[in-house]
Amino acid sequence: MGILDYTAVELSEQIRTGKCTAIDAMEAVFERIGEKEEEYHCYITADRESALKKAAAVQRKIEAGELTGPLAGVPVAVKDNLCTKGVLTSCASRILSNFVPAYSATAVENLEKAGAVMVGKTNMDEFAMGSTTETSYYGVTRNPVNPEHVPGGSSGGSAAAVALGECFVALGSDTGGSVRQPASYCGVVGLKPTYGMVSRYGLVAYGSSLDQIGPLTKNVTDAAYLLEAIASYDEKDSTSEPSAERDFTSALTEDVKGMRIGIPKDYFGEGLDAEVKAAVLAGAEVLKKAGAMVEEFDLGMVEYAIPAYYTIATAEASSNLERFDGIKYGYRTEQFEGLHNMYKKTRSEGFGEEVKRRIMLGSFVLSSGYYDAYYLKALRTKALIKKAFDEAFEKYDLILGPVAPSTAPKLGESLSDPLKMYLGDIYTISVNLAGLPGISVPCGKDGNGLPVGLQLIGDCFEEKKLIRAAYTYEKASAKLKEATEIS
Amino acid sequence: MANIIDDATIEYVGILAKLELSDREKEAAKKDMGRMLDYIDQLNELDTSGVEPMSHVLPRRNVFREDIVTNGDGSADALANAPEQKDDMYVVPKTFE
Repeated sequence: MGILDYTAVELSEQIRTGKCTAIDAMEAVFERIGEKEEEYHCYITADRESALKKAAAVQRKIEAGELTGPLAGVPVAVKDNLCTKGVLTSCASRILSNFVPAYSATAVENLEKAGAVMVGKTNMDEFAMGSTTETSYYGVTRNPVNPEHVPGGSSGGSAAAVALGECFVALGSDTGGSVRQPASYCGVVGLKPTYGMVSRYGLVAYGSSLDQIGPLTKNVTDAAYLLEAIASYDEKDSTSEPSAERDFTSALTEDVKGMRIGIPKDYFGEGLDAEVKAAVLAGAEVLKKAGAMVEEFDLGMVEYAIPAYYTIATAEASSNLERFDGIKYGYRTEQFEGLHNMYKKTRSEGFGEEVKRRIMLGSFVLSSGYYDAYYLKALRTKALIKKAFDEAFEKYDLILGPVAPSTAPKLGESLSDPLKMYLGDIYTISVNLAGLPGISVPCGKDGNGLPVGLQLIGDCFEEKKLIRAAYTYEKASAKLKEATEIS
Repeated sequence: MANIIDDATIEYVGILAKLELSDREKEAAKKDMGRMLDYIDQLNELDTSGVEPMSHVLPRRNVFREDIVTNGDGSADALANAPEQKDDMYVVPKTFE
């Protein structure tokens, strides 16, 4: 067993007991990057020298007994829309191609306090707008299982880096499924926390009312530890929740007895790939055998989530991305006549096609005469979606379903038809609209060997139930697999 | 009903969005936006009369704090990212003659 086969928690145990060092771990990671990066392209920025220097500093603190936590010395990858002091933060956009933040995101600072060591900044869809990591200005990331396919998105670089061993754990951000869907496509675990659980300070905003930072990891245990490290109340984020419980690792127990799990019938209708459906329902069966009460129900409102989301998210994006104007930071066009022409040329040259498409739609739905008909209508729809989930959580502890309607599509298949790509978000998007926590756990493979993810959704601030069920599922399915292989 | 986005609308949205689209981009934007609005129009099937628009799912109040500087003077760091600076200020193109 090589050092890269360890999970993050196993690795920190090895480091703590002196069997290896944080420097060994970082060297192994960069060796892997050297082998794989040219083909898979998970990172926008990864600097071996500075990462090894930081690893050495952390190792000294571990040896001095100053760092004793479960992530001390663990190499972590950070999505490129999280500000990192002194390290390029491009959001995979040309417009931020030279932006070096003067401060770090709170989640990144929390990781540093825990002794995790940053490997680099991962590739993503430009400004997190996309489901394939193909809209990056810096080129595509490839699926770790089959490089002809996309890794998913928008946190595709983070998911692929975890799967390939180019880091041990990674941070992503999830506005409509951008942590859970790439996790599903790459065969890793991805968790989107409740809105307000993790500070958004230093996360470059896309849809501020929907964005959350979340972990991408090799297993559920690592996800719980990573979430525990990054989650905090933060006065720098006015939507940060002061009173939430944030001790997630205590939920790592194999126990779903009596847990009520609802499967929305509306998630298993037309458009869902048969192999994905079979794998997810087999996953539900595992939880049932472990003692959970599993039944089908009608959730409702499912078909309205995507139109509501693309109205709200683009409206917020059009407002949030106004700050990129060629004055304070980032790219500025070379030739221009006057201020307004400079704004227009800078933005038109600096943003990619998908970002422009969303800014245009967002500007339209917020414009005078259309605001009520589109934007307010979407916010009213959001209230009804939230109500549907509230009613579901009166009956159930958790909701179980697929993460995405299919496994990872081939490179180049999605961008030609944006609406079709948006429809792929159907099972993840309503979770963001309702502010809920959700987790994607690997639950099998399709006939081509591409991973399938199972999604569990909890009520607001019920991460512990989510983690307990996901952990139980992971353990039970591993035992089942072992038993099948023996027989 | 199909949404037809005309040239005037695309021009107007371009002004709001501060984007200068090429002719090819304008044609694509007209088509994309029309198609997305057709799709979004599905929401009209829903009766939302009496439903309050929900901007935040959790109850949120404005958060106030005392106006005390805690992070020191970061102006040099902030200006370091500016495309153009002079005398501790951002340089912007002339806004009027």
